[in-house]
Amino acid sequence: MNRRLLPLFLLLAAMAVAPAVLPPFQVTLLNYIGLYSLVALGLVLLTGIGGMTSFGQAAFVGIGAYATAVLTTQYGLSPWLGLLAGLAITLAVATCLGLLTLRLAGHYLPIGTLAWGLALFYLFGNLPGLGGFGGLQDLPSISLFGWQISGAAQFSPLLGVILAVTLWLLGNLLDSRQGRAIRTLKDAAGMAEAMGIPTGRSRLQVFLVAALLAALSGWLYAHLQRVVNPTPFSVVMGIEYLFMIVLGGVASLWGALLGAALLTLLKQVLQDLLPHLFGQAGNFEMIFFGVLIILVLQYARGGLLPLIQAALPQTRRRAAVPGEAAALPRRNMPAHGQPLLVADGLVKRFGGLVANKDMGLAINSGEITALIGPNGAGKSTLFNLLSGVLAPNAGQISFLGQRIDGLAPRAIARLGVSRTFQHVRLLPEMSVLENVALGAHMRGNAGLLRSMLHLERAEEASLLAEAARQIERVGLGEFLHTPAGSLALGQQRIVEIARALCSDPILLLLDEPAAGLRYGEKQALARLLEQLRGEGLGVLLVEHDMEFVMGLSDQIVVMEFGQRLASGTPLEIQENPAVLAAYLGGVE
Amino acid sequence: MTRLLDVRNLSISHGKVEAVRNLDLHLDEGQIVSLIGPNGAGKTTLMAALIGLLPCRGEIHYASQPLLPHHGVAQRIDKGMALVPESRELFGLMSIEDNLRLGAFSRHRQGHRDHQQTLDEVFALFPRMHERRDQAACTLSGGERQMLAIGRALMAKPRLLMLDEPSLGLAPRVIGEIFEIFKTLRQRGVSILLVEQNARAALKISDYGYVLETGDIVLQGAAADLAQNPRVVESYLGRKPATPEPPRATGT
Amino acid sequence: MDFSILAFLGQDGLTTGAIYALVALALVLVFSVTRTILVFQGDFVTYSALTLATLQLGLLPGTLWLLLGLSLMACAFDGAIALRHGHYRRLPGLALRYLVLPAALWLILGNLDLAALPGLLQIVVTLALVTPLGPLLYRLVYQRVAQTSVLSLLIISVAVHIALVGISLWLFGAEGVRTRSLADTTFMLGDLPVSLQSLLVIACALGLIGLLYAFFGHSLYGKALRATALNRNGAQLVGIPTQLAGQSAFGLAAFIGAVSGVLIGPLTTLYYDSGFLISLKGFVAAIFGGLASYPIAAASAFFVGVLESFANFGASAFKEVIVFTLVIPVLLWLSLKHPHVEEQH
Repeated sequence: MNRRLLPLFLLLAAMAVAPAVLPPFQVTLLNYIGLYSLVALGLVLLTGIGGMTSFGQAAFVGIGAYATAVLTTQYGLSPWLGLLAGLAITLAVATCLGLLTLRLAGHYLPIGTLAWGLALFYLFGNLPGLGGFGGLQDLPSISLFGWQISGAAQFSPLLGVILAVTLWLLGNLLDSRQGRAIRTLKDAAGMAEAMGIPTGRSRLQVFLVAALLAALSGWLYAHLQRVVNPTPFSVVMGIEYLFMIVLGGVASLWGALLGAALLTLLKQVLQDLLPHLFGQAGNFEMIFFGVLIILVLQYARGGLLPLIQAALPQTRRRAAVPGEAAALPRRNMPAHGQPLLVADGLVKRFGGLVANKDMGLAINSGEITALIGPNGAGKSTLFNLLSGVLAPNAGQISFLGQRIDGLAPRAIARLGVSRTFQHVRLLPEMSVLENVALGAHMRGNAGLLRSMLHLERAEEASLLAEAARQIERVGLGEFLHTPAGSLALGQQRIVEIARALCSDPILLLLDEPAAGLRYGEKQALARLLEQLRGEGLGVLLVEHDMEFVMGLSDQIVVMEFGQRLASGTPLEIQENPAVLAAYLGGVE
Repeated sequence: MTRLLDVRNLSISHGKVEAVRNLDLHLDEGQIVSLIGPNGAGKTTLMAALIGLLPCRGEIHYASQPLLPHHGVAQRIDKGMALVPESRELFGLMSIEDNLRLGAFSRHRQGHRDHQQTLDEVFALFPRMHERRDQAACTLSGGERQMLAIGRALMAKPRLLMLDEPSLGLAPRVIGEIFEIFKTLRQRGVSILLVEQNARAALKISDYGYVLETGDIVLQGAAADLAQNPRVVESYLGRKPATPEPPRATGT
Repeated sequence: MDFSILAFLGQDGLTTGAIYALVALALVLVFSVTRTILVFQGDFVTYSALTLATLQLGLLPGTLWLLLGLSLMACAFDGAIALRHGHYRRLPGLALRYLVLPAALWLILGNLDLAALPGLLQIVVTLALVTPLGPLLYRLVYQRVAQTSVLSLLIISVAVHIALVGISLWLFGAEGVRTRSLADTTFMLGDLPVSLQSLLVIACALGLIGLLYAFFGHSLYGKALRATALNRNGAQLVGIPTQLAGQSAFGLAAFIGAVSGVLIGPLTTLYYDSGFLISLKGFVAAIFGGLASYPIAAASAFFVGVLESFANFGASAFKEVIVFTLVIPVLLWLSLKHPHVEEQH
């Protein structure tokens, strides 16, 4: 714990001492770095970790700045009320914009942020009462318990405190259940939904946090400069914020500060240097930054901080496995041999293609059912129908008597159905423990605020203890703190199963769990599945590896051309002439 | 008979998986060679590596020249290799004729201008394509798409035609039609490397066969012999248990 | 507002709309082939106008140095790769490909009285200077990262734009320019005054669009570009090298940009940083077409041009706000149509 707090105290100390040590111009520069860092921190959370690229953060800075400017100059209110107003307006505007743009797919999202970033910028310049492009002047300074914070030297300690607190809060957030959920937003949203994580809500929360941080920066800026005009809130500045995190470390909190510092200092140096070199006045540092960003994106995609960290001796931060932790409540498992999932008459069409036609199967508890069939038979489609990724055009699916066809993956997961993926979807940089803990997301309920304030430690301890228990159960106990990406594929597949087990499921849906595994790994997997079957779980396997399937399953269902071709015990299937023909093929 | 394709010790890693391990494969000019095996055996990965889409370790010799990593896809096609992938990869919104003409792109770049003649030959082989030559490729049925994909590959007048699961998604009668065309092509001097799940159809027209199982060749031989070999069935459906299975315990 | 003002604004709007249409077309072309959003298309336009203006003043345009610099860099990189593989014999061919044009232009331009050149020749030189910048930028900046996500490519494009603006400031200074008009006469169509200049711009734009249409529809290379846009894998498998497609797309975009610059030069004053707004307007039009449909993009561009003309007249301060806010519902609709989930492994 102390290891995390030490850098924060150092930062605070540095910002407090700097005005006494540095010349005034550099103190101002330091303040600007601090202000930019606040926005950059939000952007790291939003873009670097959450995967939502935003060009429009400068607009939120503008809202924070203008709100306080209007309230303090035209209504004579205290800057603190200006802050409250700024944050409130930002919350409202960001919620609207977030609801609209966050559902945009892929690259439409940053284009959307560009659109409202531009729109807001032009609003700043044109709304009556905001002073047009000249802006508003003579803002008062902030006073804190009678202490007037005017002048750059007094601003630094305040900024230091705010930055340190922000880093602490965000660090807490990333270290918690919510933080794990946020990390899935970038590349693994589908997996997150299957684990019960409400990705839409998570996205909006991250967006709001980033917007509020930007607004805070705007408020500070307004009372530092004491003049507000639209120029610093343009899309050009929005692009610069993005450049900062690309430079510093796109997914790292301290990288945000590094990037802000680098960009600001370099800009300063180049603005002095380049006009001499070029023999004329002008903003030539842009050329340098453009080329620098291109080089970074070509050769150091993660930013400079990870490069620096890689060069230094590695000290892995481990999520500590708690000794004492309350056990999480568990579901009542049904008796062996009970029907768990019954599908009947399923039809799924994609345009003119009928992928599943009158398809049905039954999975019981304490049994392993395998779904096999030649390529193109419709197994993936059926799997997606069962797990909620697709909704059937006709037919029904029931789980423990309740209709689940058409339900979202999250709802199905909550009922006790858990799944793995054909292409392993782990977060490679996170430890095995944290990856598996994702599976237990639904068994906790700490919200954003509690996570930031580190008030959910007891629940977190229970979740991590549960994850550790599942990892031991599947036999990977020695890899608790290893980054998931460094394990062999066979082990990664077993980690996925541990993660699925972490949600306390009744039924496991496994999508080609043996694909790409070596012989020994397949043996280990088979033993694990037999063990789980013995404990009463129901298992559905989609598989191609016949050797694996025949020795393991209680029931095999064979599909061909979207329909059920045969079902029965392994021996029955192996001797079924229709199955043989389906697999080895025939020719007329 | 000249050895057209000589693959030795080929290993291909796909992400974390070693999809193909130390594979040896040979094809003589004028032969049809089949690579059969169940799904997940590594067949598609092998095709991708041969045409240059995936990096690999080992040696590939084509027409006695080594194929090195820096020989990109375009260069291998210029040398006379062609691949019809599992996913066909047609230009859906373009007409059949445009799709076919684009097949001649590499020859066009090399300076040949006899595309009209080649086009007529392809149309002769696939009369249905000629009928629908102005229709968009995405309006075709599965079998017609397969024919278009093959026709497009033929426009490059390849010496070695590689096909990845040509029977996928096709009705048995159409499979028969297309596989007959492979025999016609062999008569015209095109060597064919066929990767297939449909073992029977493939072995019926091939000269030689390899059985691939999770990245390793487990069996090879003259196609006629393989067609009778029960080991091939085991590749697809697993080994049968030696003794009948005891009833499974379902108690706690 | 009487009819003549309407007509005037309409004409004005259509003229600028024609330019935006060309920008939008270039954007759709490059995006569909390379998944890059060409943020700096507008910079090709400004570079072209500034180059032409410099020529008309009788001075050597700085664009030549940019062209030389980029050509040398690209030649060096390709040369290094050839050496690493031991292909020494390729080096002369590389030097030829990259250096002949810039060197020739250097020699020619250094020794001629530029102000005395006939207007048409000045335009040709401008096109020759600006068009190669496209493929060179592709080779130097994008070829290496052709497989990355659309977002990374977008950020790279922004970075290139920023660098180009800085270079433009260096090469051309901060003053605005206007090139000589291509035609000065105005004739009457009934009661309507019609400027020949405007007609020329619209005609040239339509002509270029027609040429592109013919190229894509009837030439094999054009079809190959279309094919790459439709299906990258399929294009590879027919032997279309991805580098060729990328460089061609960028080359075409730069050519379109260069022509646009020549056309717009006489109409408005352009500065070293005017490129951004031009790109933006064309971009909005391209978005309306989903970054995929040429006709809708072109039509939207004309609409944007006319809207801008009328809004300028009405001194509406909120015209930009309206236009940009309109983008969002369009994006939402597009998103619903193509809900692809970019899950990278």
